[in-house]
Amino acid sequence: MQVTSSVRDPLVTGGKTYHDVTHDVSRHVEAKPNIRWFLAFLTSAGVLALGSIAVVATVWEGIGMWGLNKTVGWAWDITNFVWWVGIGHAGTLISAVLLLFRQKWRTSINRAAEAMTIFAVICAAMFPVLHMGRPWLGAYWALPLPNTFGSLWVNFNSPLLWDVFAISTYFSVSLVFWYIGLIPDFATIRDRATGLRKVIYGALSFGWDGAAKSWMRYESVSLILAGLATPLVLSVHTIVSFDFATSVIPGWHTTIFPPYFVAGAIFSGFAMVLTLMIVTRKVYKLEDYITIGHIELMNIVIIITGSIVGIAYITEFFIAWYSGVEAEQYAFINRATGPYWWAYWSMMTCNVISPQLFWFKKIRTSIVATFALSIVVNIGMWFERFVIIVTSLHRDYLPSSWAMFYPTWADVGVYLFTFGLFFTLFFLFAKFFPVINMAEVKSVLKSSSEKVNK
Amino acid sequence: MEKDTHFILGVYDDEDVLLHAVEEVRGTGVKIHEVYSPYPVHGLEHVLGYKRSKLPIAAFLFGLLGTTLALTMQFYMMKFDWPMIIGGKDYGAFPDFIPVTFELTVLLASFGMVSVFMIVSNLKPWAQPRIFDLRSTDDKHIMAIDIANNSGLELDRIREILRSSGATEVNNKSFE
Repeated sequence: MQVTSSVRDPLVTGGKTYHDVTHDVSRHVEAKPNIRWFLAFLTSAGVLALGSIAVVATVWEGIGMWGLNKTVGWAWDITNFVWWVGIGHAGTLISAVLLLFRQKWRTSINRAAEAMTIFAVICAAMFPVLHMGRPWLGAYWALPLPNTFGSLWVNFNSPLLWDVFAISTYFSVSLVFWYIGLIPDFATIRDRATGLRKVIYGALSFGWDGAAKSWMRYESVSLILAGLATPLVLSVHTIVSFDFATSVIPGWHTTIFPPYFVAGAIFSGFAMVLTLMIVTRKVYKLEDYITIGHIELMNIVIIITGSIVGIAYITEFFIAWYSGVEAEQYAFINRATGPYWWAYWSMMTCNVISPQLFWFKKIRTSIVATFALSIVVNIGMWFERFVIIVTSLHRDYLPSSWAMFYPTWADVGVYLFTFGLFFTLFFLFAKFFPVINMAEVKSVLKSSSEKVNK
Repeated sequence: MEKDTHFILGVYDDEDVLLHAVEEVRGTGVKIHEVYSPYPVHGLEHVLGYKRSKLPIAAFLFGLLGTTLALTMQFYMMKFDWPMIIGGKDYGAFPDFIPVTFELTVLLASFGMVSVFMIVSNLKPWAQPRIFDLRSTDDKHIMAIDIANNSGLELDRIREILRSSGATEVNNKSFE
């Protein structure tokens, strides 16, 4: 039995029926791609091709192509890695954590958000793989494989190795979670289709028939996967933060990192979901499914996580002063007033000040303002990682080896490559996969559509 | 014509009507083959009398396997096979092994459970499902009654029961 709330706003507007849900989502899969889609797809594929020159150069010549030096040994690569992994946190958070909290509004955004998660994690993985220099030997450094050194195993005490396990588990579990959700929707498309499309979506749907017994197991699997994915999603950025927190570098060596990184990841992930969904809902005319209410709720998550991040920045400063450790104090003063002051203040403006605008209802329910701020947030989150990594390294313990970091064309190119990859994959997804989870939206339709409340 | 009919299908528009209908139909002694829905209907498995899925148990056992394998592997490699002093720690640095143990537990639990789900629900790319009504993945709930399982009942009686339980259509279906 569905319970109808008289106080909550409807999740699906426009008096949609079950068939309308099927039709509104499936028609984009069934229609021939239009010129706008081709332009968008070719642009991102072009960026991908352009960026791959830098990837080839990096693999061919080695990571000397990048702007790293012996003082700043991590810079753009790891900044981009952490940035993409952070973006990849919203999808599983929406589908797993919000499922456990029975937040029904997740149903119309979880599919696209999870797709975004998977693509962002692929982009993130590019950086540590390329940073290995000789990626074709990478399996020996990253996985406990028997080798000719006797066997000298990988070091299970190292957070870098924990990261390998965390990211690959996160990627594969998210992929499975996403695909399980897709199976019933592929079956819907299969049953509407004829010819070749019926064969392809028939195979993708794994022979789903919608039997009550299958749905019972499906629900059981979703719930357990959500229960497993919730600590998993928190563990991933926690372990990413261990890469820094377990070191003895002033500015990295802080116990606050795990919760601070997780909040930042959710912050940037929701911003990226908003950036993509605002465009998708407009182009695909899905305003009745992804309503202003959805945008407002995501903006509220952004205010909360943005404020947590802001408090973390201030706490770091306080603790640096309170610790009485001179190197620690210098690292933080250097961040705010040293040669990288502009990066620090960009971060502060974008991450701490700008999301506070969402306290105004007019701003958090405005599509234009949300779109603009969602991009600002992700610029800020990129600077956060840059500040943490580069400003903590560039003035180390030995003043004679202080240095600056200057990115080369290969640094920029590899970053462009991941942008091209991300958007190419996202456009393919938006064209060939149902962008909204039809079955789940149908399951909340009776209790949460406009019709019931009226 | 009646000879070729293997299934009688009741088509329902509304999930709450369906839930009551399942109870009513089962109350009259008609055995339901299966109900096909476009989305999960909460409580349907209870009125159909299905036993709770055992998949969570599978997930737990696979998770346990993951924990065991991960700890065994790490202790074997780091403490017994090639011990090395790293950061002045004990060879078997148990706290350091927790992250990888956690990840492998989650990995095996998820993949193990999903594999079992695929096998028991016969989900595979080359599966050829029997689709009773194409609308069952769109907007209709289809209750299928297998005539072979209800040999004691007149077909018209079954149709009558379905109609009075709220079915908007009652159809015949047979497979080659």
